[in-house]
Amino acid sequence: MDAREQEFLEYVQGGGQVETDDWMPDEYRARLIKFIEMHGNSELMGVLPEREWILRAPTLQRKLALTAKVQDEVGHSQLIYRVVEDLGKPREQCLDDLISGKSKFHNVFHYPTKTWGDVGLIAWLVDAAAIISQKALLKCSYAPYARIMKKICWEESFHILHGRDVILTMMLGTDQQRELVQEALDRWWGPLMQFHGNPIARDEDPMYVWRIKSQGNEEARQQFLDGYVPQIWELGLTVPDPTLRKRDDGAWEYTEPDWDELKHVVTGHGPKTAERLELRRTTREENAWVRRAVLAEAA
Amino acid sequence: MIYEVFRQERKGQAFAHAGSVEAPNEEFAEAYAREQYGRRGESTALWVVPRQAVHEIDDFADELQKNYHRVDGYPLKEKLGRARELAAKSPGGLSAGAG
Repeated sequence: MDAREQEFLEYVQGGGQVETDDWMPDEYRARLIKFIEMHGNSELMGVLPEREWILRAPTLQRKLALTAKVQDEVGHSQLIYRVVEDLGKPREQCLDDLISGKSKFHNVFHYPTKTWGDVGLIAWLVDAAAIISQKALLKCSYAPYARIMKKICWEESFHILHGRDVILTMMLGTDQQRELVQEALDRWWGPLMQFHGNPIARDEDPMYVWRIKSQGNEEARQQFLDGYVPQIWELGLTVPDPTLRKRDDGAWEYTEPDWDELKHVVTGHGPKTAERLELRRTTREENAWVRRAVLAEAA
Repeated sequence: MIYEVFRQERKGQAFAHAGSVEAPNEEFAEAYAREQYGRRGESTALWVVPRQAVHEIDDFADELQKNYHRVDGYPLKEKLGRARELAAKSPGGLSAGAG
């Protein structure tokens, strides 16, 4: 690392923020692009499990809420890809790499949504896990990303409430509805525990070293457990991990998440990966005429 | 073409940079900005500005260290301490003041 890079590193570690036109080390730029692009991909792919349920949602109100949520998430991906573009990677290339499987998206969006219970659980707990990561990005050393995260977090807060409302409604319903929620929790607990990544020490995590992230993976997972396990328990649900407990020092103990599964899934081998990427590819082709029309009209 | 979007959260507040949109012309830029930054009533107004129209100035010369027109040009603590000490030493009043 040369003197200029060292100075930059000290600047961001001291809480300094960087703008688009500022000089930055190549490694910092490359890591930003990879990380932010994956976030954009995840927003875009994250709408697919919910999209499948718009027509099957139980009431008109739920259909509208789900549609609004899908619109929000696609909007987030647009904002995020815009930030990636300013860093030097065009949106078209991001979409090419997503569809070809070259770039990644979050593990939780590679799984099927079997029942309406899954939809509620995703909206509540997957969004809760995501907002913990996203809130930590409000302090990202790359300022344009931190700024759009403000808007994104604001919208995610309503998504969590929507999810919790779906779950509460089901828990107040019939035994069969309560079973659907418990089954969904059983299915999603593993992926949820993998979501924040392996417990690499934050000072060894380059994303923390460059202050792209402001907390370590394990800190995020502990925050998730601390915030949401009590909320799960108070509804009479069972977390499918018999070793889960809060120690006297405040830290949560849990069964080691299946890191092999995480790796397998995010490298493109999840149960729904191929099908959802194929849908992305065909819709992109089908919608190409819209992009052409917009550009032609403007020209 | 890139347009920068500034949003005002409440009437009377300053506009703050929110993000940017890519659009082929002003009409689309306006539509995208409305979608991204205004559809939930989170903004009272938006400014949509072509990126090239934003002129950034970030070098501010201070060769003469003109701190006399800033708050930090007046560190009074040390002087005040000395003044208080002096006043305590001469209980008779202000007659024996210093310059």
